[in-house]
Amino acid sequence: MKGEKYLNPSRIPSIWCPGCGNGIILHAVLATLEDLNIKQEDLILVSGIGCSSRSPTYTIFDNIHTLHGRAIPIATAIKLVQPGKKVIVMTGDGDSMAIGGNHIIHAARRNIDISVIIFNNSIYGMTGGQFSPMTPSGKKATTAHLGNIEEPFDTMKLLKGAGANYLARIGTYYYSQMMKYMKTAFTHNGFSAVEVIAQCPVYYGRMNQYPTPYDLLMWQKDNLVFKTQFEKMAEHEIIGKMEIGEFVNENRPSFLEKRQAQLERMIQK
Amino acid sequence: MPNDIWQGAEACAKGAMKAGLTYFAGYPITPSTEIAEMLSIYLTEKGKIYKQMEQEKDHVRNVIMPKVLQRVFMQMEDEIASIVSIVGASMAGAKAMTATSGPGFSLMQEGIGYACMVEAPIVICNVMRGGPSTGDPTKGSQGDVMQTKWGTHGDHGMIVICPDSVEEMYYMTIKAFNLAERFRNPVILLTDETITHMREKVEIDPNAEIEIIDRLQPTILPNIPYLPYGTFKDEVAIIGSLGSGLGTSITGMIHREDGFQSPNFKIGSPLIRRLVNKIEKHSSDLFEVEVINGEAENLVITYGITSRTVKSILDSNYKNVGLIRLKTLFPFHDETIQKLTKNAKHVFVAELNLGQIYLEAQRAIGHRIPVTLISKVGGQLITPDEMIKHLEGSIS
Repeated sequence: MKGEKYLNPSRIPSIWCPGCGNGIILHAVLATLEDLNIKQEDLILVSGIGCSSRSPTYTIFDNIHTLHGRAIPIATAIKLVQPGKKVIVMTGDGDSMAIGGNHIIHAARRNIDISVIIFNNSIYGMTGGQFSPMTPSGKKATTAHLGNIEEPFDTMKLLKGAGANYLARIGTYYYSQMMKYMKTAFTHNGFSAVEVIAQCPVYYGRMNQYPTPYDLLMWQKDNLVFKTQFEKMAEHEIIGKMEIGEFVNENRPSFLEKRQAQLERMIQK
Repeated sequence: MPNDIWQGAEACAKGAMKAGLTYFAGYPITPSTEIAEMLSIYLTEKGKIYKQMEQEKDHVRNVIMPKVLQRVFMQMEDEIASIVSIVGASMAGAKAMTATSGPGFSLMQEGIGYACMVEAPIVICNVMRGGPSTGDPTKGSQGDVMQTKWGTHGDHGMIVICPDSVEEMYYMTIKAFNLAERFRNPVILLTDETITHMREKVEIDPNAEIEIIDRLQPTILPNIPYLPYGTFKDEVAIIGSLGSGLGTSITGMIHREDGFQSPNFKIGSPLIRRLVNKIEKHSSDLFEVEVINGEAENLVITYGITSRTVKSILDSNYKNVGLIRLKTLFPFHDETIQKLTKNAKHVFVAELNLGQIYLEAQRAIGHRIPVTLISKVGGQLITPDEMIKHLEGSIS
C-alpha cells in the first residue's frame, strides 16, 4: 500500500472509531509524501489536540503533538529554525478554527512556509460530539440538542482574506483529487491549506440521521460541488451545498523568501 | 573591567545573546517590551553589519550573514503563540526565550506546563508589574512569585531566579539559559519593572569567557532503538532535535519511552515523579542566597528590587540587622533557610505582595522564632525610611 512505509507499526491500531474519515486523510497524506519521494529526515509533522491531531504520532517522521489550538505557532517556529525541512500541520476543525482560529489567520497573513491539513468532521469527536465552528447550521450535537443556531466559518474565504498562498477544499469521497491538492500544497511556497471534509459516523452522523459512514460519504457525493459547477448554479440550487476545489493558487513571496531578501538588502546598502 | 551604564532590559538582551540565544518570540507588553525591541536588533546584528560593511564586505557576507539567517526574532499574535513557539523552536534545536509581564505571563501558563512535560529548555523573563488583571503596567510589584511555581496545572518542577541589579540581570540571564539546557526545563527569570527599566553602572566585559552549557545530544547506536524519553543523564531526558530525522515523537500527554502517548499509571507515575525530582534533588545547590551581616539578631529575607532597600539601610546604624537575599526563589530549600536563621531572634520577610515568600519562609522556620511580613502593594517600592520604621517597630 502506498505510503505504508511511513507508518509506525508499534503504534497501530489507531484510536479512531470504525468508519472514521481520519484514516483516509492520513493515508492520502502518506501516499502523497511517497509520490513526492519524501524521506524520514525531510519532514516534521505538527498537530494540536483532537482525533485528527493523533495522525502524526502514527508515523515514523519527527512529530510533535502539541496543545489544543497551538499546532500552527509551533509549526511556524519549527519552520523558522529548520527552514530546510518540510513542515506539515495536521489539525481538526475545532483545533484550527475555534481555539486556534487566531493562529491560523496570522499564519496565513504571514504567508509562512507551512502546509496545513484541516480534517473537518464538523464536530468535536474526542470530547464526545459537541458542535464546532464548522458544524453546519441546524445540525445537532451534544451541546446543541435543538440544532446549531450558529453559522460555520467558510475556511476558504477566511484564509483567502488573511493572505494564504494556496487553498483547496475537498472531501474524503474524492480520494485522488484530495491527493492532487495535497501534492500542490506540499510543494507550494508560503502558507498552504487543504480542508478535507471527513465523516464522523459515531457522533456527527448518529446525531444527524447519517448513521453509517456510507451515508456520510453519500452526503458528500450529493452535496460537495466542484467550483466550476458551483459557479453555474442558481442561488436556490446552492442551498445546503458546499463548494470544493482550488480557491487560491498564488505565488506571493513567502515569509522566508521575504526575510532572506530583506537581509540581503541590508548588506547591499 | 569596562564600566558602562546599562538598562536592566538591555542587560537581559545582551546576556541572552551571550548565552547563545537563537530564537526569540514575544508580544508587546509593558514593562518588558524593551527586551524584545533590543533583541530584534541584536538578533539581526544590524549595527555590526552596517559598521563592518565598509571595510569587510566578505566577512559580513560569509561569516555574519549565515549566522544571522539562523537566528529568528518573531513578534507573535499573542503571548500564547509566543510561549508555544519558543517550545517548538527549542525542540527543533534553538536556544529560545520570551519576555513578558503579568497578563502575558498568565496567558503563557498552559504553554509553560507543556514545556515541563515535553522537557523543552526555554527561558521566560517575567517582568513583574502591578496586578491582578491589567493592574498597573508601569509600576513595580512582586506579586507573581507563587504563579511562577504553581501557575500551570499538574505537578512539575520549576526553576525561578531573581536578580537585584542590572549587572546581575546580565549574568542571571546567561545562568537561566544554562540551567534550562542542563535540566531541559523552563527557567523563569523573575524580575520587576524597576530593575528592568532602571539604568545603573555595570562592570561587564562582554567579551569575557563565560561557561555556556548546551543540552546533550543522543548517541545513536546500531540495533539499539532510539528512545527520546527513555535515555537519561541525571534523570534528564536526552532528546534529539526535531528535524534530525530520528523519528523523535513528542507529546504533552503521559508518554512512553519512545514518546508515544500512553495513559497508563505504571508509566505516568514515574514520569511525573522524575519531572519533579530531576530539579528538586538539586535544590540545595540551586537555591542560592546572598548574606550580609548573617550573624545579626534580626534577619530580613528578601529578593529582587526590595533587597536594594534593605541594602541601603545596612550601614553602621543597623548592625543588628542582617540580610538574606534570595537569588533563587524555586526550588525553595528549607534547610538553607533553617541554617541561616538558626541564631536569629526575629526574621522579617520583605516583599511587594501580601505574603508569598513569607509563607515559604514561615514554613521552613516554623514557630521557633517570630517571622514578620513587611509588605507593600499598589505600585510603590518600600522606601528605606519605611523599612527602618517597620524594623524598629518590631525590634524594640
